[in-house]
Amino acid sequence: MGQRNVIPFGPQHPILLEPLHLQLVTEDEKVVDVVPSISYVHRGLERLVEKRDYLDFVHIADRICGLCSFMHAMGYCQAVEAVMRIEVPARALYLRTIWAELGRIHSHIFWLGVAADAFGYESVFMQSLRVREEVLNVIEETTGGRVIFGTCKVGGVRKDIGSETLQGVVRRLTALRGELQDLTDVFINDYSIRHRLVGVGCISKEDAYTLGCVGPMARASGLGIDLRTLGYAAYGELEVEPVVENTGDCYARCLVRIREIFQSIDLIREAAGKIPEGPVDVKVKGTPNGEYFSRIEQPRGEVIHYVKGNGSKFLQRFRVRVPTFSNIPAMIKIMKGSELADIPNIIVTLDPCISCTER
Amino acid sequence: MRLFTMTKTVTKNLIAGPATLMYPKRKRDFTPITRGSIGIDINTCIFCGICSKRCPTHALAVSKDPTKEWEIDRLKCCMCNLCVEVCPKKCLLTLNQYFPPVREKGMGIHRENPATK
Repeated sequence: MGQRNVIPFGPQHPILLEPLHLQLVTEDEKVVDVVPSISYVHRGLERLVEKRDYLDFVHIADRICGLCSFMHAMGYCQAVEAVMRIEVPARALYLRTIWAELGRIHSHIFWLGVAADAFGYESVFMQSLRVREEVLNVIEETTGGRVIFGTCKVGGVRKDIGSETLQGVVRRLTALRGELQDLTDVFINDYSIRHRLVGVGCISKEDAYTLGCVGPMARASGLGIDLRTLGYAAYGELEVEPVVENTGDCYARCLVRIREIFQSIDLIREAAGKIPEGPVDVKVKGTPNGEYFSRIEQPRGEVIHYVKGNGSKFLQRFRVRVPTFSNIPAMIKIMKGSELADIPNIIVTLDPCISCTER
Repeated sequence: MRLFTMTKTVTKNLIAGPATLMYPKRKRDFTPITRGSIGIDINTCIFCGICSKRCPTHALAVSKDPTKEWEIDRLKCCMCNLCVEVCPKKCLLTLNQYFPPVREKGMGIHRENPATK
């Protein structure tokens, strides 16, 4: 048995964009234990709900995270709407679905770039961001913002997309498929990338289930958990089939995300074809009194927004349970027994979002 | 399993030239609905102060008689557009150009009053 060393990993590390700190206990090159610590960037956003009007808080929910901006706002709005029993117009639900899927596409493409950067593939990183730029342009043309969408509100959405613009969005996303195919081909087929990912960081279906994995992490291990199948927003009227892989390694997680990008493009096309005419919002009257758990599928997995109102215009409690937090126990389980050099790959394929986790 | 999977893309990119805009020569075209900054037609403004009450970040300050001044702190503004939506005279508007960066916090404050126009 070799000597045990503790290696600090993060909060500043070349492969981590956000401050996650891990203490890696190693024996030679093997990691035998991991002690995670988070909360370097705690902003107290949940507490702010007591001081902000419940309608204004959507803007704060929008800013919990940059990559899943729209989905946080959507989850919060869904929870408040359920408490207040507001019937959201069908067109608004479709628009929410389209924007949520655009958010998923840009998050997954960004992940591809970050992952490539972690393997040392600088060109693939640049190419990913180049492809993502087109998606950001679409987002800007439909919402007015590139990262913070700012279009969701309690009772519907704040902007409408005209039918011509919507067809244009679908055309542009369909045209993007070719470039995406070339990009994802590198991840699927390249010898070096496969060498770095196949068989690394495996987690079995049983472990993924007992440790509470969510999102692509769970789906890569064969668990068909995708909350979009619950049918919130307009997903009930679209064909959503969870993307599932069975090997549970880093390569499977990569494949799940790649297939989800194409699935999201298909979902947007389908939603654009089925979107009904009508109003995009309803007038909201009264104050929320009651509590609700809203569950939606973010790019990283299931997010839960808990809202508790007490009849005043300030909510009593708001809580977010984010997917990264659920995936941390599984990440530690995977890391124990892996090689030190594989740790960056394992963290990257988990796709941690620390700004969500620490709020 | 293949080698040189990126070659096709790299060659294409080499021939096509840079994907980025050559900034000073060519500036970015913002879309008509880009939320860049808040502007005001001060001569139409009635200084009712509804915008400053609605602002979630307290970036707006409106003083009525006798000074008649509308003030915005660009660094506090989160471009939520709520002020534009509530304005009764429709004198507030969303500009699609971003406010230029500043060196100090105080430089983000922008004042407008009818006398200076």
